[in-house]
Amino acid sequence: MYRDFGTIFIFIFMGIVLVYVPLLIQKLIAPNNPNPDKLATYECGEESEGSAWVQFNIRFYVVALIFLIFDVEVVFLFPWAVVFNELGLLAFIEMAIFLLILIVGLAYVWKRGDLDWVKYNVKYGRGRYANLTSQNNNSQG
Amino acid sequence: MGILENKFQDNVIVASMDKLLGWARSTSPWYFQFGLACCAIEMMASAASRHDLERIGMMPRSSPRQADVMIVAGTVTMKMALRVKKLYEQMADPKYVISMGSCATSGGPYWQHGYHVLKGVDLVVPVDVYVPGCPPRPEALIEGLLKLQEKIQTERPLTRKSV
Repeated sequence: MYRDFGTIFIFIFMGIVLVYVPLLIQKLIAPNNPNPDKLATYECGEESEGSAWVQFNIRFYVVALIFLIFDVEVVFLFPWAVVFNELGLLAFIEMAIFLLILIVGLAYVWKRGDLDWVKYNVKYGRGRYANLTSQNNNSQG
Repeated sequence: MGILENKFQDNVIVASMDKLLGWARSTSPWYFQFGLACCAIEMMASAASRHDLERIGMMPRSSPRQADVMIVAGTVTMKMALRVKKLYEQMADPKYVISMGSCATSGGPYWQHGYHVLKGVDLVVPVDVYVPGCPPRPEALIEGLLKLQEKIQTERPLTRKSV
């Protein structure tokens, strides 16, 4: 049984060695000539501008997700509309089912309030927004 | 500079270590693909299965951080020259440059009237090997890379410079 633990110990030891020995070797023999250009952020040769810490509002996420779904829907709708006359009733029913599925999704996000930019149904807990209620929000919006 | 680099007097052990390091460096120079024009097609052909650069240890990298050799393949315009310079600076040492084709070497067909073309990439970065041709065949590029390997092998990374 102790043999088994020995195997694990050797495994861990070799794991550490195989990481740190190459790092040590490169410390010893690799040339190290830093300069401002080399230390700059790699942006395909362009001068990097501004900070990478740009913050996006999290509300864009849901909007982008919904946009993506209906974007794809339109991609399917266009070729169907072009050959609408030749395809006949069956294709119309199929497309109606497809649209219905997506409209159910749209109704769901609408009901949840994800389409509103200002969220009315957020529950504010304790803290600096505790005095905000949904009634307050409604009167503002 | 590395801790041990250029720190030792020339003797048997240092010379053998130099040889080992030169062998290791010369047999795996990953190249930074800098395809700018039609030479890039030949560079891709060299990396593809018929000519297969990986059999001599050359591996295409898309980031200068991972590359040892920059193959400038194609016409270097004035605007691109700034980027060539910057990307060369961003490569990790030791670094080498191959000027592939007559455009990168001297401006090529644009040497007289090409107002927007840099007349040779050696005006902005130090070039180790020039590969002639317009564009050079993959065999010519491989010849250039073998010449570069010879050059890397003759370097003495550990020996103190006598100058």
